Amino acid sequence: MIDLVGYGAFFLTTALIFSLITLGLNLQWGLTGLFNVGLAGFVAIGAYTSALLTTPDDPARLGGFGLPILIGWLGAMFVGGVAAALTGIATLRLRSDYLAITTFGVAVVVQLVALNAQKLTGGPFGIGFIPRPFGDLAETPLLFNLSNLAIVSAVTLAAYLALEHLTRSPWGRVLKALREDERAAISLGKSARFYRVQAFAVGGAIMALAGALQAHFIGFIAPDNYLSILTFQVWVMLIVGGSGSNAGAVAGSVLVWAIWAGSGALTSVLFAPEQQARAASLQIVAIGVMLCVILLVRPNGLFGQRPGQVRFGKKAKVIAGESGS
Amino acid sequence: MSLQFVVDGLITGSMIGLGAIGVTLTYSILRFSNFAHGDFMAWGTYATLSIIGAITAMFGRVAPIAPLSFGWPLIVALVAGMALTALLALLLDKVLFSRLRKQEQAIIVVMGSFGASMALRSLLEFIFTSRPTYFSRAIQIAMPVGFGVRITPDQIALLLLTAVLVLGVHLLTTRTQTGRSMQAMSQNPALARITGIDVASVVRVTWVIGAALACVAGVMIGVLVQIRPLMGFDMLLPMFAAAILGGIGSIPGAVLGGLIIGLAEAGAVQLIGAEWRAAVSFIILMAVLIVRPIGLFGVRER
Repeated sequence: MIDLVGYGAFFLTTALIFSLITLGLNLQWGLTGLFNVGLAGFVAIGAYTSALLTTPDDPARLGGFGLPILIGWLGAMFVGGVAAALTGIATLRLRSDYLAITTFGVAVVVQLVALNAQKLTGGPFGIGFIPRPFGDLAETPLLFNLSNLAIVSAVTLAAYLALEHLTRSPWGRVLKALREDERAAISLGKSARFYRVQAFAVGGAIMALAGALQAHFIGFIAPDNYLSILTFQVWVMLIVGGSGSNAGAVAGSVLVWAIWAGSGALTSVLFAPEQQARAASLQIVAIGVMLCVILLVRPNGLFGQRPGQVRFGKKAKVIAGESGS
Repeated sequence: MSLQFVVDGLITGSMIGLGAIGVTLTYSILRFSNFAHGDFMAWGTYATLSIIGAITAMFGRVAPIAPLSFGWPLIVALVAGMALTALLALLLDKVLFSRLRKQEQAIIVVMGSFGASMALRSLLEFIFTSRPTYFSRAIQIAMPVGFGVRITPDQIALLLLTAVLVLGVHLLTTRTQTGRSMQAMSQNPALARITGIDVASVVRVTWVIGAALACVAGVMIGVLVQIRPLMGFDMLLPMFAAAILGGIGSIPGAVLGGLIIGLAEAGAVQLIGAEWRAAVSFIILMAVLIVRPIGLFGVRER
């Protein structure tokens, strides 16, 4: 029973970290319509930044500055946000596909730096001994897992509330207006590029924060954690939940992570150890097909806004009611 | 610095260029960047490999053609592989892309291609495992051609094949009625439709050309380097960079872009080391997007 609670806490912690990445992607894609296929790169930037800032001094590589964890997280958000802002500034005046291709390139380059810049990132073996909040509780796994869950939930909740507030604020309304009808929004004097760069940067900062959280929760990072499969998983989570809705982003993340972890457990029971790698690739095929089917059948996800059904509070409903009658 | 990097660069550049033709055609005619294009490459290569296996099973081992490392089975299998890759692209268009295009949101199609890419790639890993494999394990002796440059007979044959294919596709798109319809579609789809151009057939031709060339590029990588399920995915960034550098929609541009990136990669390998190779395409891509986003031969978007 206690094992089950412990596993449940561990599962939820991971799912909530994914939710945080998905919330960042929802701000970029769901709210602003910016396509990011390199989000694994931004998550990695956050994880490595925080690891560099907080680990104890290591003669084999740069830093290990031994700073408090909170500084690491703030640093991760800052660097992730700046990286996203630069990407946005370079590409957001161009066609949306160019942003997609560039973010894809960012992920490739971050992966390359993580693998090869040994002095900075520890190379293929990654960085260990990342300080864990409540590390001294590690002897009682249950308490440790629960306290981790508490802190990750708190951060995710804070991000969720902040994003909900932002979405309803004038700033969020400008983003929505730009997504729905760019020309109309521009004619009202809103600079499309400026607002988009902001949204992209905030989204990147949230992803980086999620990367940092995960790094401190596991205590160890390596380049393998940030392959394109991560990008892919988060996209499926957002699309299943329905882009545009923050609640959907969280729900989609928990649901897809449950499917992923469940099917992973299933394959490890059903297949012999030497067939595991093969079975794992079949798992990815299934998720890929699922993404395509959702795009075809229910493009707005389980909780997303339907097109043409955009609600702006009571007034809009009244008007809709009048025109409907 | 030895001049060998010129030969290496031209070879890599041909592979990138052949792939980039498909990317640039899908982008200009179907109006989305196809993230599954690299996986067409890998699927074509594995299809070719499987057909060679079948031929060997039927006719026994066939001796390679004098100086080359491969015999007629590879050539026959390549043609069949090109057809199969084209079939795969058409099938994918039917079940996925054509339906997503109807939603009138280009970026949804890109997302679909991203999902398809992941599924296709993992399916290859499932069928063939991720262990690298080869068309032939024979080692070729590189011939010196002066200035300290060496080249293998395979490399010469494949460079010639690239030149013939590029010329062929260029003539097809500029001198035939089909080619002119393709250009019309890329310049103004609405007008093209009104003037009675058969849109469905233009879409089909686009997929067939792109996929068939992707298969050739993949087999080139297979003959000269190795075959892995990830081989196409790793080529994706260079191919996008080449297509954008050359100017979207331009076939000579895509090939030239590919050659430039190939040469830059080979130069970087000599100067700073092979592990940073993949960063070259990204740097070139960013430079193009900042300095001249329409590329070398591109036309400003209407």
